[in-house]
Amino acid sequence: MHLPDIEQTCTELGQRLAAYLQQNNIEQPLLVGIRTGGVWIAERLQQQLQTEDGVSTLDISFYRDDFTRHGLHPQVKGSELPDSIEDRHIILIDDVVMSGRTIRAAMNELFDYGRPASISLVCLLDIGRRELPIQPDLCGVTLALEEGQLVKLSGPTPLQLSLA
Amino acid sequence: MTTDPSQVQLTADGRLKHFLTTEGLSRELLTEILDTADSFISTQERDVKKVPLLRGKTVVNLFFENSTRTRSTFELAAKRLSADILNLDIAKSATAKGETLMDTLWNLEAMYSDMFVVRHADSGAAHFIAEHVTPNVAIINAGDGRHAHPTQAMLDMLTIRRHQGSIEGKIVAIVGDILHSRVARSQIHALRTLGAAEVRVIGPGTLLPRDIEALGCKAYYRMEDGLKDCDVIIMLRLQKERMQNALLPSEGEFFKLYGLTEEKLTYAKPDAIVMHPGPINRGVEIESNVADGPQSVILNQVSYGIAVRMAVMAMAMSGQQQERNELAEQNSEQSDVHNNEPGQEEA
Repeated sequence: MHLPDIEQTCTELGQRLAAYLQQNNIEQPLLVGIRTGGVWIAERLQQQLQTEDGVSTLDISFYRDDFTRHGLHPQVKGSELPDSIEDRHIILIDDVVMSGRTIRAAMNELFDYGRPASISLVCLLDIGRRELPIQPDLCGVTLALEEGQLVKLSGPTPLQLSLA
Repeated sequence: MTTDPSQVQLTADGRLKHFLTTEGLSRELLTEILDTADSFISTQERDVKKVPLLRGKTVVNLFFENSTRTRSTFELAAKRLSADILNLDIAKSATAKGETLMDTLWNLEAMYSDMFVVRHADSGAAHFIAEHVTPNVAIINAGDGRHAHPTQAMLDMLTIRRHQGSIEGKIVAIVGDILHSRVARSQIHALRTLGAAEVRVIGPGTLLPRDIEALGCKAYYRMEDGLKDCDVIIMLRLQKERMQNALLPSEGEFFKLYGLTEEKLTYAKPDAIVMHPGPINRGVEIESNVADGPQSVILNQVSYGIAVRMAVMAMAMSGQQQERNELAEQNSEQSDVHNNEPGQEEA
């Protein structure tokens, strides 16, 4: 299977995000990357957009819905968000969207920090297999994988995509 | 005969499923507890202090010995993990009616409890429960006799790491009644494992265990010698009943020799921190000026205590859950469900 060039996909995604912000009159977006891959993508987008607040990070370990199946993630790193996200326009960024459960957990966590004005979802890759009604507002590439296949992003420099 | 407690508390692949003692745990595991606790400190600073991690789980506080502070911090920790918590004043209830300890525990287990937080006056009580009574309930030791108080030790480790940068290479002095202190024992094991350069104990000969040097400590009888070049001073609470047992001359005499005053504090490094597990006896083991002074981190310890308890509760529940799942899998090996696991996307 042909995998997309990540750097190029990131650059294009950045341009589309700039247009998206303008279209929706969002002047001071808060970029929030989901650990770990989402933070790398968020940092790439931040370099392009030069947003004021830099990149915030979200560690969803305490919010996952599969604790009873898989337990606690062994390496919890914690979230780093500004003092207040009240009334902010949040751009939630992840590397790969699949079931949608990570995004649900991330939104639950965000609401424990405050009540944002809006949340938009940006993902580098969409590999389908959705289990929840969650769709990205912007997505770099949609990949149709074979059954049982997964993609793995390694980084932060260089960002590389491989099949797993 | 019971087995090594450090093994009873671990799953087959080395994760925590009970938390009974710091003794025998690896540096990696102790560090994982501290890292997880660090993340919980940041959730404690939000308006919404709860996380949904242990939603639906039932935790029972079983305090066979009184301790308002420890019990409340465990209660808060459980609540901030979204668990349901039941406080049983065990001394006044079941056992008073003649029910045995084991019957009480089996009854609580039959109510689908997931975790017991146990404090008991007998050394080894938590270990005994974990191994022989209710092994499928996560047991957290909140202090057993003279043996161990592992969550207190870990909150002390977190305090040192946050205020002195690391534990590795630091000189730490523990002062007071080491002989009767489960806190000191747990601290010594954790400090040694986490790479403290020196662990010193300071106190009168009657209150230092004879075999203390076998634990890798150096014993000192004078504050002036023991505090020299220290990065961390941990004062222990002096229990008044020790005076009646003639192990000590008097409170006044003890304070004169071992009470931490501003003057004695100058023997240590200028940036040394002062710790105390609480509750403090002002004017007995520590002077008010020091307890409330700029080098004191005594109240920080209390805040970190909640985060550390959240961390070990989450980790032990996680290990316990893993074992339950494995057991369930073994029992339904034939069911042949090849499930695509819903969960975090692999990325």
